[in-house]
Amino acid sequence: MIRAFHRWPGLLALALVTVLSLSGAALSVFPAAERLAAPQAGAGLTVATLADRIQAVYPGVEQIRRAPSGRITAYWFDQGAPGAAVIDPATGQGVASADPNQTLRWLTNLHRSLFLGDGGRIAMAAGAAAMLVLSFSGGALVARRAGGWRHWFAPLRGPLAGRLHVEIARIAVIGLVLSSTTALWMTASTFDLLPDGGATPIMPTEVSGETGFALDQMVPLRQTPVAGLRELSFPYPGDATDVFTLKTDRGAGYLDQGTGALLAWADLTGWERVSETIYMLHTGQGAATLGLVLGIMALGVPAMGATGVLIWLAGRRGRPRIRGNRPAGHAGTILLVGSEGGSTWGFAATLHAALTEAGQSVHVGPMSGFAPERYARAGRIILLAATYGDGDAPASAKGFLDRLDAADCVPDVPMAVLGFGDRSFPAYCGFARAVSEAAEAKGWPELLPLDTVDRQSPQDFARWGRALGEALGIPLELSHQPVLPKTETLTLVSRRDYGAEVQAPTAILRFALPRATLWQRLVGAGFARFEAGDLIGILPEGSALPRLYSLASGRRDGFIEIVVRKHNGGLASTRLTALEPGDTVTAFLRRNPGFRPGRGRAPLILIGAGTGIGPLAGFVRGNGRHRPIHLFFGMRDPDSDFFYGEEIPGWQAEGRLTHLVTAVSRGARPHYVQDALRGDAAQVARLIREGARVMVCGGREMAAGVAETLAEILAPTGLTPAVLKAEGRYVEDVY
Amino acid sequence: MKSLLATLALTTALTLPGLAMARSVTLTTTLNNYGGDGAYLALYVTDPSGAYAGSLWMAGGKSKYYEHLSDWYRATGGDTAQVNGITGASVGAGRTLEVTFDLADALFDAGYTLHIDAAVEDMRDSPNEVAVPLTTTGAGTPVQGRRYIASFAYDM
Repeated sequence: MIRAFHRWPGLLALALVTVLSLSGAALSVFPAAERLAAPQAGAGLTVATLADRIQAVYPGVEQIRRAPSGRITAYWFDQGAPGAAVIDPATGQGVASADPNQTLRWLTNLHRSLFLGDGGRIAMAAGAAAMLVLSFSGGALVARRAGGWRHWFAPLRGPLAGRLHVEIARIAVIGLVLSSTTALWMTASTFDLLPDGGATPIMPTEVSGETGFALDQMVPLRQTPVAGLRELSFPYPGDATDVFTLKTDRGAGYLDQGTGALLAWADLTGWERVSETIYMLHTGQGAATLGLVLGIMALGVPAMGATGVLIWLAGRRGRPRIRGNRPAGHAGTILLVGSEGGSTWGFAATLHAALTEAGQSVHVGPMSGFAPERYARAGRIILLAATYGDGDAPASAKGFLDRLDAADCVPDVPMAVLGFGDRSFPAYCGFARAVSEAAEAKGWPELLPLDTVDRQSPQDFARWGRALGEALGIPLELSHQPVLPKTETLTLVSRRDYGAEVQAPTAILRFALPRATLWQRLVGAGFARFEAGDLIGILPEGSALPRLYSLASGRRDGFIEIVVRKHNGGLASTRLTALEPGDTVTAFLRRNPGFRPGRGRAPLILIGAGTGIGPLAGFVRGNGRHRPIHLFFGMRDPDSDFFYGEEIPGWQAEGRLTHLVTAVSRGARPHYVQDALRGDAAQVARLIREGARVMVCGGREMAAGVAETLAEILAPTGLTPAVLKAEGRYVEDVY
Repeated sequence: MKSLLATLALTTALTLPGLAMARSVTLTTTLNNYGGDGAYLALYVTDPSGAYAGSLWMAGGKSKYYEHLSDWYRATGGDTAQVNGITGASVGAGRTLEVTFDLADALFDAGYTLHIDAAVEDMRDSPNEVAVPLTTTGAGTPVQGRRYIASFAYDM
């Protein structure tokens, strides 16, 4: 819902807010320039002295004004000809032209009304309102994504466009809220919607009738410092009934030209003061530095507009259209989707197509639209639920649990929940679990037990599909191609072979970087940006399901490297391990933001076995900042499958790797990586107590063993792997 | 540029002395190219003693800026009721404002003076930009304003 409040105002008002922010940024320079250029009055100079000086130079002076920048302008008539100049308060002499700056005038009119008068003003006010809505909805999205307002400046992950968008936003949002709120206030003031009109003193009925009292002797003028002056208007020459009009930062009043006495005075109203402050905050006039800061923040708007459109386009591409969707009231199967980024919709489309193919009538809709009373002909309800953040409902499932909770009775048709998530996150499928538990608590009958799909695994999905087919009594083969990956051709540069002697033939394959297009670089698509730990997908011939391999290199290394073990009968691994330098393979990149070492300086404990060393070696290789890294590496035989055995001594010498412990499983005394950990228990416990981050990569059994061992090691400290996972300090990449 | 017909009978006191004897008067105000935004103009009349008698036209719709038409503002206390129904848009530099009224005969050759106050954003306030006595012989004779008005004339 918040996303909709961000997306649509953003796209609709894009042109308007771009014009507003660019013109506003350009305008922000003027107050600072004026402040620098205008000769400033010395401290202690009074209006009396200033007016006297000016009158001495320009006897026909009619009005003196002081701008918030300190610029003093005088207007006079000299033998019937009007004159005006910027005044040097030290001499009373004109030093520069007082004509309006035409560029400033043009920009101002563009900024406030698009040169379209009142209609334009209202349009620009609508632009400011859109900016305000965008600021708040965007702020809420950033907070939700980071896991709370306290994590406002948490490091970001993901494609470049999205990161830029948020990086700019979390700095600029303060300025944008200030600028847009003040803009709305000023528009309201311009259209007389606020009672902030000037208080005028009552014109005195009687004056002295005298003229010619010396300006520098007038007490009210002597008591007013130039810094407080707004405007001083002179009486008409020869009209003894006229008066001086003085406006200051405190109010306005009339002075007798024959006695210099104050005849009437009215203080500024509270509303006037507020409006003046708001004017200053918006224009930077009187607060030039703030103006410049706001101007720079405004420059973020076009950048956010461009990256925002890129994000929106990327999201649209990820969400397929569902053909032949049946109305909810007519469908036999109700398929409800809880998706954040759109990938779960892809699975829903596949399931919809397969069920429809099998003769079912299926309705697909968002979980947030859950309305059991409408499912008149439904025989089953299937929920496909992703998870957002730390177990929260994803965008299209907002409010589902509340609706379920509020429902008087649950539908009497059976339901199944399939969770989508990433096993390396602590709250794996947290929302799906919550839904499943809530349904059970309500007594909703179950069609299938809760199942999960890890990292969009087509294999997991296909397995669940077969179970669903059995439950429905129809053959159901779900072949899902997640987020139609755009493949690129990679050329093998070199290969190193290991493990033949221990019946685990494995190769470290190094491919050349494909050339990235400008678009890819902008949106961080494809191989334009990747890090060790990201995944590479290979689509074996004759199979719709890609195989994923962890990357052992980042873009900065200048090559793409993976460690592949040949599995008997494995289509992808057989093909990959048969490649010779010069051969090519088509592949796509899949990001794996959950498995990154992160930025800090905290020590890393890397634990891997077999090909699981790949991404860990990548982290070590990329550790140019000499962060302490402790690597626990399990292998069969150091003479056969010690991957990266040639590089590791060099990495140690360069300070990229602090400590290496190997565990060898072949031989008289099999030794596993868990045993290695146990052997170093004291040090491991100390490192973790001191904030170390644990990263595990390898087979599922190994990972489970490691978690068990760490639980033992940490028992005396009161920490558990679960706690570390919750803190994001224990991440796994298992297969 | 602006051609309007306004009957002031209901809006001001100006036409009350001789409602039956009124004549159609066209006021033509042409601004010079002063190089600023649209000018606010207040057209009003003072009686033989110099006291404010009533307003004829207000060019400029935002009352918060009326204080810059300082003579008019002082005379009326900024009372927008004085220009209800006789308010139009501000007049751009180099443009002409033309307004036509039915004005009472009694206003002419009786010591009444027509004033125009002018003001432009970020430029000089020009109260009493034009002050011309209303006479039948003076009709059709253009006068120049002090700062913004290139020519002003009333025609009967």
